[in-house]
Amino acid sequence: MERIPILKIGDVLLASIQIDLQDRDVLALQEDLAERISETGAHGVILDITAVDIVDSFIGRMFATIAATSRLFDAHTVVVGMRPAVAITLVELGLTLGEVRTALDLEKGLAILAELGEQAPR
Amino acid sequence: MTDPSAREDIPITADEDVVRVRQVVRAYAQRAKLGLVDQTKLVTATSELARNTLIYGGGGTATVRLVTEGRRQGVSARFHDEGPGIPDTELALTDGWTSGGGMGLGLSGARRLVDEFELDTEAGRGTTVTVVKWSR
Ligand SMILES: Nc1ncnc2c1ncn2[C@@H]1O[C@H](COP(=O)(O)OP(=O)(O)OP(=O)(O)O)[C@@H](O)[C@H]1O
Ligand SMILES: [Mg+2]
Repeated sequence: MERIPILKIGDVLLASIQIDLQDRDVLALQEDLAERISETGAHGVILDITAVDIVDSFIGRMFATIAATSRLFDAHTVVVGMRPAVAITLVELGLTLGEVRTALDLEKGLAILAELGEQAPR
Repeated sequence: MTDPSAREDIPITADEDVVRVRQVVRAYAQRAKLGLVDQTKLVTATSELARNTLIYGGGGTATVRLVTEGRRQGVSARFHDEGPGIPDTELALTDGWTSGGGMGLGLSGARRLVDEFELDTEAGRGTTVTVVKWSR
């Protein structure tokens, strides 16, 4: 198993998934992110799935879990870089991503987080 | 490395075998010249089925094959285990029904993602699920 690195950019945490995810990698990422959010007080999380070629129900559920967990720490989660084939497949699989926001790329993801941060100043 | 064989058996006994199934199915789907969306659908469906084999079936085997029918090429993937079987298949194929902590989308979603879907199971006898996706 490989740990997915989590980078901190300002008050945003970025996890870029570059490996073929095993279920235990998925669980480890969920835990690592929760820990890092609470440690850093980050206001946003970006999951970059540009390199991810399939999202099944287990991986999709991770997105929803991370989003829900981040809300408990007053942070938002944006999934960026979903491939078109992955998006089409997710819909047909019947998976809804809960409160997960999505954006085309990293730049747009950061813009969404900035906007959400302004709406709720603290 | 090119594998000229038209069939591959993959034992499913651990997490990493689910990833291995995805990789083998992807390679076969490319050989059968499935489009990218169809490749993605098939790989996603087999990922669900492989995980079910591991978690509910207590492990088993995946068999991936190249299949042809006239001029069409396709990929067949069969998941076999000798676990507890599925007592009520209609229920198991219902969106959202899970006996565990899942989302209950694996079986029903996999069925939507492929062209052919066959579920053969009996309580106490194990489960075999076979799916096929054809090139267009
Ligand atoms: N190989 C199997 N052997 C025994 N029971 C199975 C097998 N595959 C599926 N089942 C049963 O069918 C139910 C539905 O399976 P399905 O894959 O649709 O949902 P899930 O695995 O519970 O959740 P998800 O796949 O969405 O995470 C399972 O909860 C399980 O009870
Ligand atoms: Mg399942």
